[in-house]
Amino acid sequence: MAKIELSAVTKVFGPRPESVLPLVAQGMGKAEVLEKTGHTVGLRDISLHVEEGETFVVMGLSGSGKSTLLRLLNRLVEPTAGSVRVDGRDMVELGRAELVHFRRHAASMVFQGFALLPHRTVLANVAFGLEARGMKRRARQAEARAWIEAVGLTGYEGSLPGELSGGMRQRVGLARALATGAGILLMDEPFAALDPLIRRDMRDQLAALQKRLGKTIVFITHDLDEALRLGDRVAILNDGEVVQVGTPTDIVLGPADGFVADFVSGVNRARVLTAAAVAAEAEAEATVIPVSSPSEAALESMRRDGASCAYAVDAEGKFAGVVTRKDVAHLRIVPTLKPDVALEDLLAVVAGAEWPVPVVNDAGVLVGTIDGEAILAALAGRGE
Amino acid sequence: MFPEDLRWPIAGSINRAVEWLVANHGDAFEAAAGGVLFVLVHLEQFLRGLPWWLVVLAVAAAAYHASRRAALSLGLAAAMVLIGVLGLWDMAMQTVALMVVATVLAVAIGLPLGIALSGSRRARALALPVLDAMQTLPSFVYLVPALMLFGLGKVPAIFATVIYAMPPVIRLTDLGIRLVDAEVVEAADAFGASRTQRLFGVQLPLALPTIMAGVNQTTMMALSMVVIASMIGARGLGEQVLLGIQRLDVGAGTEAGIAIVALAIVLDRITQSYGRGGAAARRAAG
Repeated sequence: MAKIELSAVTKVFGPRPESVLPLVAQGMGKAEVLEKTGHTVGLRDISLHVEEGETFVVMGLSGSGKSTLLRLLNRLVEPTAGSVRVDGRDMVELGRAELVHFRRHAASMVFQGFALLPHRTVLANVAFGLEARGMKRRARQAEARAWIEAVGLTGYEGSLPGELSGGMRQRVGLARALATGAGILLMDEPFAALDPLIRRDMRDQLAALQKRLGKTIVFITHDLDEALRLGDRVAILNDGEVVQVGTPTDIVLGPADGFVADFVSGVNRARVLTAAAVAAEAEAEATVIPVSSPSEAALESMRRDGASCAYAVDAEGKFAGVVTRKDVAHLRIVPTLKPDVALEDLLAVVAGAEWPVPVVNDAGVLVGTIDGEAILAALAGRGE
Repeated sequence: MFPEDLRWPIAGSINRAVEWLVANHGDAFEAAAGGVLFVLVHLEQFLRGLPWWLVVLAVAAAAYHASRRAALSLGLAAAMVLIGVLGLWDMAMQTVALMVVATVLAVAIGLPLGIALSGSRRARALALPVLDAMQTLPSFVYLVPALMLFGLGKVPAIFATVIYAMPPVIRLTDLGIRLVDAEVVEAADAFGASRTQRLFGVQLPLALPTIMAGVNQTTMMALSMVVIASMIGARGLGEQVLLGIQRLDVGAGTEAGIAIVALAIVLDRITQSYGRGGAAARRAAG
């Protein structure tokens, strides 16, 4: 079961949203609905699921409905139609007390403008969610201190938000969200208001924390680059509709339509594509031989494939080394690449290698090889 | 000329209504006024009983606590001494007692009303014309019926002052709460704060500077009204102004006028400093 599941969610803003639903269902455009009825279609027929422990990024321009989508998940915004399920429970059916309990325990939120209380210290801000829950002062302060340390703000417990830089303020926001121990982290363009350098720091810090904590993160951004770096999966939203959902590689290599393609064209592919994705672009499959095979058999395989080298694997499929036509008896140990290395980081390795570089996963199994042509093919994009 | 046929005077019916109220419920009104009068009389006795230097010290201390500025604190203490030097100390204390009671009442009623208005667009639409009326209706229009209901003296003065001085605190409480950063209020909701937690933990603290500006205006308006109210028998500095006018004693009138201005400056600066520097002062205090 997915952690979060939206099915056929539509959100209309205006005095009588239900009255507009039939028009929306007929497929009337956003502008036309606004002109005819004065209602704004925020989201149209959204179906998505987010898995436990996943970082799910929703990317869209301003007005695409991405913030509205996020607020449906803790019911700061009510859906006009469709259902939002979290842990299998329909959010719309929660009573006031259940909703408050959900917000105090199950999902916490980080805001674009930080949304800290200016009259309270860092410590009191981080403890806010615990205080709302009714936790005793001493206990909540101890908990808050631990999270202030986790985001690297030790020593600033007594400062007021106004005395901190933007990056530090957002760390307070992050610590406040983490302090409640909620399994779901809703992040509404959390780094958009920060300088590019600080933004990168914050992204790295979030990634490091996430590795340790394994939260289910729904992350909103208008920055495709950020989306592709952070997301396990990315949903692209345009004008209230989901245009494409997929892994960063899916989106870069196979944009669903012109809108996504337009976006992707500006992306630095070298940063997004991984060794695994590049290896999949290689034209010829690598010649693989058992490590124990005699020289003649190895030569024969290479001749058949027209390859100048072969990759030897042991009985369990683990990569052992490379043999070449010229020196078939000698098993060479060569540098290998992990599947999740970014293209831009593997260039030097591939350039310095005499043969296509093997990509080997954590289990030691050969998943593919990368040569210069594979890199060019990946950079050029599929079908271009 | 407006056509005679369309005239519909309401003066007669209002007169009858007031007369009926006075005749049938006058005692009840006077009894209700008793509580206010009790507090007022005791506060007045207390203030007049205090040694003058203690009051001056208290003003200086309050000014310093609010602003952390020694110069302001000294200046306000000097203004209080000036009132004493003009021989109006006792009357000034009477005026302060009257004003304090009226202001406390106005804030006690106005603050919850302001909070209520901030939460409901419809309530605001209904309340705004009433607030306009309270501020613009010439005070004698309700001063005289108050006189008929409560009798001559301090209570109708308090009643009129509360009506006149309450609108700013209502308006600015409402405005202050609505001006609180929507994202911060949303954050309170997102973390599951209850309505009470949101009001006392987020909205009121963040609206405090605006609310204090309202309290400051209410205090100033209360002071100006208390002076007018001395015409219906409330004692204090206003009485001295009235006497100066009646006897064409320009000097005495000026003396009282200066004392009123001095008192106004003292009250204004102290309440303003509390509104402006609240957070800063708290932090400096640790």
